[in-house]
Amino acid sequence: MTISIQEQTRQRGVLGSSAFRPDGIPKVTGDFSFSSDLSVEKMLWGATLRSPHPYARIISIDLSDASKISGVETIITAKDVPGKPNYGLISSDQPVFAKDVVRYMGEPIAAVAADHPETCRRALAAIHVTYEVLEPIVDPEFAMLASTPPIHPDGNLIRHQRIITGDTSATGTHVVEGTYVIGMQDQAFLGLEAALALPDPGASGVELYIATQWLHEDQSQIAACLDLPKESVRLTLGGVGGAFGAREDISLQVHCCLLALRTGRPVKMQYSREESFFGHVHRHPASIWMRHHADKNGKLIKIEARMVFDGGAYTSTSPAVLINGVTHTQGPYVCDNAIVDGYAVRTNNPPCGAMRGFGVVQACFAHESQMDKLARAIGISAVEIRLRNVMKTGDKLITGQVVESVAPVERCIRETDAIPLPPSLTEQPDPLDIPGGSGLTAERSNIRRGIGWGVSIKNMMYSEGFDDYATARCTLTNGIVSLKFATAEVGQGFVTLAQQIARSVLGVDDVVLEPMDTSIGSAGSTSASRQTWMSGGAVDGACRLVRERLFEHVGRRYGIDPICLVIDGTDVLDTVGSLRLSVFDASQDVVLEQTFEHHHRPTEDLDENGQGNCHVAFAFVAHRAVVDVDTELGLVKVVQIATAQDVGRVLNPLSAIGQIEGGIAQGLGLAVMEEIIVTGGKVRNPSFTDYLLPTALDAPKVVAIMIEEHEPQAPLGAKGIGEPPCISVTPAIVAAIRDACGKDISRVPVRPQDICL
Amino acid sequence: MSAHNEIYSLTVNGELHQIHDAWIGENLLYVLRERLGLLGSKGACEQGECGSCTVIMDGAAVCSCLVMAATALDADILTIEGLRSDDALTDVQEAFISEGGVQCGFCTPGLIVAISHLLDNNPSPSELEVKEAISGNICRCTGYGRIFAAVQTAAVTRRGAKS
Repeated sequence: MTISIQEQTRQRGVLGSSAFRPDGIPKVTGDFSFSSDLSVEKMLWGATLRSPHPYARIISIDLSDASKISGVETIITAKDVPGKPNYGLISSDQPVFAKDVVRYMGEPIAAVAADHPETCRRALAAIHVTYEVLEPIVDPEFAMLASTPPIHPDGNLIRHQRIITGDTSATGTHVVEGTYVIGMQDQAFLGLEAALALPDPGASGVELYIATQWLHEDQSQIAACLDLPKESVRLTLGGVGGAFGAREDISLQVHCCLLALRTGRPVKMQYSREESFFGHVHRHPASIWMRHHADKNGKLIKIEARMVFDGGAYTSTSPAVLINGVTHTQGPYVCDNAIVDGYAVRTNNPPCGAMRGFGVVQACFAHESQMDKLARAIGISAVEIRLRNVMKTGDKLITGQVVESVAPVERCIRETDAIPLPPSLTEQPDPLDIPGGSGLTAERSNIRRGIGWGVSIKNMMYSEGFDDYATARCTLTNGIVSLKFATAEVGQGFVTLAQQIARSVLGVDDVVLEPMDTSIGSAGSTSASRQTWMSGGAVDGACRLVRERLFEHVGRRYGIDPICLVIDGTDVLDTVGSLRLSVFDASQDVVLEQTFEHHHRPTEDLDENGQGNCHVAFAFVAHRAVVDVDTELGLVKVVQIATAQDVGRVLNPLSAIGQIEGGIAQGLGLAVMEEIIVTGGKVRNPSFTDYLLPTALDAPKVVAIMIEEHEPQAPLGAKGIGEPPCISVTPAIVAAIRDACGKDISRVPVRPQDICL
Repeated sequence: MSAHNEIYSLTVNGELHQIHDAWIGENLLYVLRERLGLLGSKGACEQGECGSCTVIMDGAAVCSCLVMAATALDADILTIEGLRSDDALTDVQEAFISEGGVQCGFCTPGLIVAISHLLDNNPSPSELEVKEAISGNICRCTGYGRIFAAVQTAAVTRRGAKS
């Protein structure tokens, strides 16, 4: 039987092929162990008591009744935290347990360890906390007034950043403005927060199996709170059921370790869905005012903007989210003049932090809505206004940073535009296919179709001088490669990519992945579209170093200059002589091991005028949405999303399309379904019954094109592809709704009343 | 928890299991996972909204988080662990891997149970029938595109195997 080269490539699972996931089989059989599946003998269960009030003074905490319940082993509060009382990714301002005051609904006050989850629940109910309830400060505009009392000793203004560039008095023949509101979105990963902590004898250390995005950052923060040396807090990645930003901050890590150290027994903690809504940060709600000035041809002259991000009670990553927001004000368009002010503000709302798109989602909804307004004012199409302003490599951002990345924005737009539109809705459609779906509420005669556009720019990797390097170790022996890294596999498929890299670089078939843990250097966070670039770069670097050693080894044995040797398929080949030797044979009885750290190029802080090379690199994408809207009932069905995305290079087509389709679904959720409703600081819908997620019936037809222009800065030529899909799809859908119903909608998610009232 | 001296039996994947000293209020998902060690069924919402805990009970796909275990005494329960008759993957499992239907994998067992049940009852589902059948199974990673592809591949494989 002959097989094609393409099939051979796929069978070997090298770069560029749709190699299968190494965790695919256990995931389809149910054998894959998620962190919630972990258990050990004599394990206790842990649970957390949380504040029902968004803002209150704690007068007293009475544990006496709860402690008497049979099966309760220990109850801990703020006074039991041996080390640093607070933690936080950027600023350590969030208490492990609230001590004197609670600043958001759901803030932890105590934790219990007991023999059964039900015993835990009873114990929590028996803890008596006396509060002096305070009036919560929930409006960020009010919170940041100098006259408003601070919620926290660090004050209510988390960060202000201004960007001023060019001629601030410039104006144009056409000026459009608007204020855009973005609701609070939840990451809603399916695998709830869970961990298992195993104490060392004598409470000298602890081992934690945890679903997280960044093992080493967790390790540092946990160790500080436990007052243990970092080496004594050892983390291993438990199976992660999705992340999307929600696992970047500490949730139950410190509590779980403390309970285990206190009881001397293994402790497992696992949040319920309701608790998960309180236990992790969300996407920042934001209010963004923008005013765009353009000449008569629609060329952008100046952008003014004011952005307010509601950070909630604690800092989390708010300063970085804010910077992403303000530095992406212009979108993927050229504009020389700008005045932007951004504020991240502390309130008594739930803490907000990282979610896929990280600040750019909010800015993009505003700038894309503005581009449409401008197009209407000038009398040109949504495509034309964008093409007239499109950014290219070498153009300057409003921060003064030159876009050195490959920037095929025009291709993204043109190739998206060339994707055929879906057929129009038939006169007698299947009820499941129209707005309202199985509710069978829509009438065909009330349905209008609309088309809308969104285009975006997204930074990749961490910014503002942060060196978020990644580490990997490669070992080759007897034809088998072992890879070791601490990169959090959260579902995105880095495990697949790592194997593909090793197969391509070293010509092996068998690649073993060692456990992801803190026994090797940091890999940085699985966020910011950075792991393909960063950890991919580290694995690639380590494999290349091992390949050099292999060539030296073969060269010595056969008297060949190593420089003449290459990998050809699964062989080592002498390009000037006749030697051809399988890698399997060449690596017998040697152990070649190398570790490599990949660092991206340095970045710098923004100055007081918001100028500086603060970002590493950028990726671009265009989205076109087609929707059907029931204008009578305000219901929306997203029919088709056409997209062309700048990916650099496709390393695994199957993984890439999965990221694109998945991101689009999340952007659709923000556009028309998903919002954590918070009134008076209280979360009103902390469940999957009331927080609506896109289902299979909501999924649009996605037609995706991947634009491959190798990115020279990227170790593998590939850009990160995780975040762009979810960014401009939201404004595209909203633009399509506006097109269908004729209403000037300026908030997401779009609710039925925004359309029909 | 103190023992309640309750004993009842459950038939799971064709095997009779005795549940000892369990609190009678435990849901089927908890009993499957924590008492029988069948960890393939997942819990993600506790309200029957996400389908991660889907099992087949007397021929119907149900959310095991909503079933009180002690009421399932006479039922035949099939979980993800019972889908395979030998060590080989099923057509649906194969298709999930080959079509990229798996990312984080948390929804996967529930979806595979639901889709297997669909194809058992409707070997040639239309696109809308597939969407409706799995609309109670939330996947947060894939946007469902690769899952639809997996269902179609599995359906074709199954029809091919039969003809």
